[in-house]
Amino acid sequence: MTDLLRIEDLHVGFATDAGPAPAVSGVSLSVAPGEVLALVGESGSGKTVTARSVLGLLPGTATARGRVLLGDGTAEPGEDVLTASPARLRALRGTHAALVFQEPSTALNPVFTIGWQLTEGLRAHGRGGSGAERRALAVEWLEKVGIPDPATRVDHYPHQLSGGQKQRAVIAMALALGTRLLVADEPTTALDVTVQAEILDLLHRCRTDFGTAVLLITHNMGVVADLADRVAVMRAGTVVEQAPVHRLFAAPQHPYTRELLAAVPQYGSGGRTPPVPAPGRPVDAPVVRARGLTVDYPGRLRGKGFRAVDGVSFEIGPGEVLGLVGESGSGKTTIGRAVAGLTRVTGGRLEVFGEPPAHGSRAAGRSGRKAAGRIGYVFQDPATSFDPLLTIGVSIAEPLVVHRRELSARDVRARTAELLDAVHLPRSYADRYPHELSGGQRQRAGLARALALRPELLVADEPTSALDVSVQAKVLDLFTSLQRELGFAALFVSHDLAVVEQVADRVVVLHRGRIAEEGPTGQVLGSPSDPYTRRLVAALPVPDPARQARRRPRPVAEEVAGA
Amino acid sequence: MALVLVRRLPLRLRTGAGVQRALLLTGAALTALFVLTAALGPLLAPHGYAQLQHGHGLFGSQQHPGAAHPLGTTIAGYDVLSRTVWGARTALLIILAALLLSVVPGTVLGLASGYLGGRLDRLLVGLADALYAFPPLLLAIVMSLVISGGRSSPVGGLGAAACSVAVSFVPQYFRVVRAEVIRVKAEPFVDAARVIGAGPWRIMTRHVLRNSVRTLPLIFTINASEAILTLAGLGFLGFGIEPNSAAEWGYDLNRSVADVTSGIWWTAVPPGLGIVLTVLGTTLLGESLTDLADPRLRRRTGAPAPATEKTEKGGDDD
Amino acid sequence: MTTLTHEVPGAAADPDDGGPTGQGLVPYLVVRFLLIVPTVLVLVSLVFFLMRLTGDPITAAFGGRLTPDQLHAKLHQAGYDRPLLTQYLDYLRGLATGDFGRTVTDNQPVTHVLGTYGAATAELACYALLVALLVGVPLGMVAAAHRDRAPDAGLRLFAILTYATPVFFVGLLLKLVFAIRLGWLPSSGRASTDVQLFLQDQSSTTGVYLIDALRSGDGTAVGDVLRHAVLPGVALGLLVAGVLLRLVRTNLIGTLSADYVEAARSRGVAPLRLVTHHAARPALIPVVTVLGLQVAGLLGGAVLTETTFEWKGLGYQLAHYLTVRDFPAVQGIVALFAVVVAVTNFLVDVVAALIDPRVRY
Repeated sequence: MTDLLRIEDLHVGFATDAGPAPAVSGVSLSVAPGEVLALVGESGSGKTVTARSVLGLLPGTATARGRVLLGDGTAEPGEDVLTASPARLRALRGTHAALVFQEPSTALNPVFTIGWQLTEGLRAHGRGGSGAERRALAVEWLEKVGIPDPATRVDHYPHQLSGGQKQRAVIAMALALGTRLLVADEPTTALDVTVQAEILDLLHRCRTDFGTAVLLITHNMGVVADLADRVAVMRAGTVVEQAPVHRLFAAPQHPYTRELLAAVPQYGSGGRTPPVPAPGRPVDAPVVRARGLTVDYPGRLRGKGFRAVDGVSFEIGPGEVLGLVGESGSGKTTIGRAVAGLTRVTGGRLEVFGEPPAHGSRAAGRSGRKAAGRIGYVFQDPATSFDPLLTIGVSIAEPLVVHRRELSARDVRARTAELLDAVHLPRSYADRYPHELSGGQRQRAGLARALALRPELLVADEPTSALDVSVQAKVLDLFTSLQRELGFAALFVSHDLAVVEQVADRVVVLHRGRIAEEGPTGQVLGSPSDPYTRRLVAALPVPDPARQARRRPRPVAEEVAGA
Repeated sequence: MALVLVRRLPLRLRTGAGVQRALLLTGAALTALFVLTAALGPLLAPHGYAQLQHGHGLFGSQQHPGAAHPLGTTIAGYDVLSRTVWGARTALLIILAALLLSVVPGTVLGLASGYLGGRLDRLLVGLADALYAFPPLLLAIVMSLVISGGRSSPVGGLGAAACSVAVSFVPQYFRVVRAEVIRVKAEPFVDAARVIGAGPWRIMTRHVLRNSVRTLPLIFTINASEAILTLAGLGFLGFGIEPNSAAEWGYDLNRSVADVTSGIWWTAVPPGLGIVLTVLGTTLLGESLTDLADPRLRRRTGAPAPATEKTEKGGDDD
Repeated sequence: MTTLTHEVPGAAADPDDGGPTGQGLVPYLVVRFLLIVPTVLVLVSLVFFLMRLTGDPITAAFGGRLTPDQLHAKLHQAGYDRPLLTQYLDYLRGLATGDFGRTVTDNQPVTHVLGTYGAATAELACYALLVALLVGVPLGMVAAAHRDRAPDAGLRLFAILTYATPVFFVGLLLKLVFAIRLGWLPSSGRASTDVQLFLQDQSSTTGVYLIDALRSGDGTAVGDVLRHAVLPGVALGLLVAGVLLRLVRTNLIGTLSADYVEAARSRGVAPLRLVTHHAARPALIPVVTVLGLQVAGLLGGAVLTETTFEWKGLGYQLAHYLTVRDFPAVQGIVALFAVVVAVTNFLVDVVAALIDPRVRY
């Protein structure tokens, strides 16, 4: 058997306002039948562009040169996607290579049924005979990818499926034309970790049951370790290293690969040691105390509301970092917002510094707003948490201007400069606008703003989830060192167990608005007792192929006969 | 805000695609022509707008275009060219007045309604939705009846027309500003200001307002076109301005309906073209500015397909 | 006047007045239907009070021509000397029972005016919508498919021109060229005098001339009615066609670049089918919604078109009653327009909800 895909010296550039910008420069890759090649890199590395070029799906502004050869595994790959005629390209799409998208909810057309969309590919290639036969084929494929009750589901619209089911349907659509190569572009990034585990299992089965090779585009080293046979690491449009997965993780050659692997939070490394309360000092009152905390969002038109947080109790002591983990919809962000007074508490008690938190700034009087000075908040997306019309310096100084009116303009400037120093940003950045900073730099500035008043409590809502892994590592290091230095208490909200393990003293695991498990980080994540926590921990792919194989044993693939 | 756009214009002219550049230039040129005509009207027009005679004798009714009257005369004996030129001045005055009269209350109400929410918001939205769904022309007619009692007074005519046009725009500004305020209010940077403990007044003026009115200049140009059209419609129905108080294109077109039936073109075409060219100019200008401000609508000149990568650049940290 | 403002960022429906998602279709439609009432109420009340700001209708119509005593007698007879609030409640009660009051100048029930001339306006609006759909939708698809290339630029200019040219000026130009210079089509009216008389003589009439002519089975009458319809229909239709063209274009471009269209493309679906199937249906939902708002523009345009072509419908009558300052008549016609606008907007939302499976299930 010979390669399904061979990319030779691929160059892709984009025409922009500022002239041509190269995205991919001189990439060469190949994928053999039944093989999983992971294409790894951070944003801007050109991995997605490379993947799209396999199907000839580059935008109109792109110019490509080199060769992207597709084959069916029986002969040398001979058809160059870049020079194929439009008709030939359409014939190749779906049959020789098929695409799985990152976000299943946007990859499915909201106004057509799953079945119709699945049979569209068959129709386009004149396969499947009559409408009834095509429908039967659709049901069969939905069943093969593990969608329950496929005969009913085939007539459902996308919004009636869960996220995981949608991604299964997208994979079924890709497989239905009998493709030998799946190009999966961050197929699990938009999914929760337990759903991710299921989809990874399905992709694994694509290979074992259907003999499909996978070109897997991802930034997640855990996913790579879980699924890949070989890995190609991309950076700035070039492949810096290519190796079998075990060798890459065990002995990375290129410095960038080493840096990348080092930056990945190592789950199971034990976590940090909780601070020992200084002897002789009386045990302080907790900074945050929640008793049966409940938050409801009202429904529209007097419809039924939605209970985001349902009877949650926890405490955060002075100087303690509490990690709040959970999947989407678990209510973790809502709790963070409630603590900061951004969301109204509808039931139970929540005390911050012994008082109910100020609800927003409108309902709260001046005293409520004053308490706000003791809380810092770091937002998830640094790109939108700064007013685009104000300079970074003005934004960082805003807490000072609001709460410390006695400070002169010069004092404020001096303090701003100090804060920039503390987060390792050059002082000159005070005069820059948010869009002139990179994501990581903006998040540092966000940290500086949150710390401007030396708060006793910091709420950090997924502060690194929008960042690349190497940037994340630096921001987390900064957070940890600042926390040790300044000794503030923190509520650290995250979906990422590995990140929480690295920063938190104690962990609260949330599941659908309720606490599943609570305790010291090492104990909860190391030997979870609650079934949900166990599932969560088991679903997390660790960035080490050998360990991951031990954690998630998969049935050995019986060789696919006749595939 | 308008300044920002103006500063970006030259860049646009250098880098924009051919078609867009042509549209922008055409729009700017037509608008400049309109404003200049309005400003220099008294110098350009051979006669006054209400002038019926020149020294010795009357101009005469429905004179063919010729040496004395390049575009002929109307049935009432006015010089068509002069009235068309003077019409630009009336149009400009009324646009400016109408926009000022509508943009301020619209913005204030939109800001308050969007930011404060609650009952006030629901009430105003109900009102604005009802008005928005209603033909602006009819609203303007009702208003002009209210203001001038249906009789055009020589002095109040201009003011009444401006107010009538303005009333139908208030709900539009209200809706646009309110929608923007609600969008901006949900942005994390506003949450950030709330967490800091900034008061509502500070948040409204410093963060929300400035970020909400950035699109207003664009709506401004688009509404200018609509103001001209509404004014012309009013005039065409006989609710504009009497010919002896100002020259108004819609009124002149109304007078020319009968002429057209007898094949007289010169009384209809010049004021009609005046409207078309002016609206065309402001619309093209407004749309080019919208394109300039909205990266979603651009492609060939857009960023390097950022949609294909998951996050914006961040790998260059430190 | 039609607006282009729906293309301005932020002018779109705001996030929280919005979609019916998440609840059943029926409750949504019921609530949506009930919303017609306050909309109409607001407009009717507004018009009522605004008109009364200027004084009473009798004085407005006859002021100066009657002696104070005569005026006062007339006022008393029509009940205009009662407290304003009483008059208002009386007016509302009348509206609820279908009584729109009486005209002042020719003393007929306003409902009679609406009944007589409403059909003509409805007929004109239908012709215009037909022209708008036939011109706007296909051209919008062409523009989206050739985005940023010559056909797109040309169509864009066409759309802007249809917007920039007042409907009465389009009407005058069409008249000048096709009726006067070329003599191909009649320049005004809904039908020739003899045809009009013939149609009015029919046993039962709908007031919609085309239907009446078809029912009479007279080929010449049908031809005559259609020939009269061409110019007004095109003039008013072009106004909406331009808006529709741009609406279709913008929304189609949005859905054409959506992931799901890219996904279909990645499975080898042909470009034409991508436009006609995968992109068109999701794009239809916003198009239908915004098209509903154009009904207001269409009615405004109808007033001007009818005046230009002496098309004796509600708009033509409105202009007439405005010049003689017959306020009850004006008020009645405006109130009817408000009802029509509110009801069409409701129907449009129903259609949009039916197209969108996220609402249906």
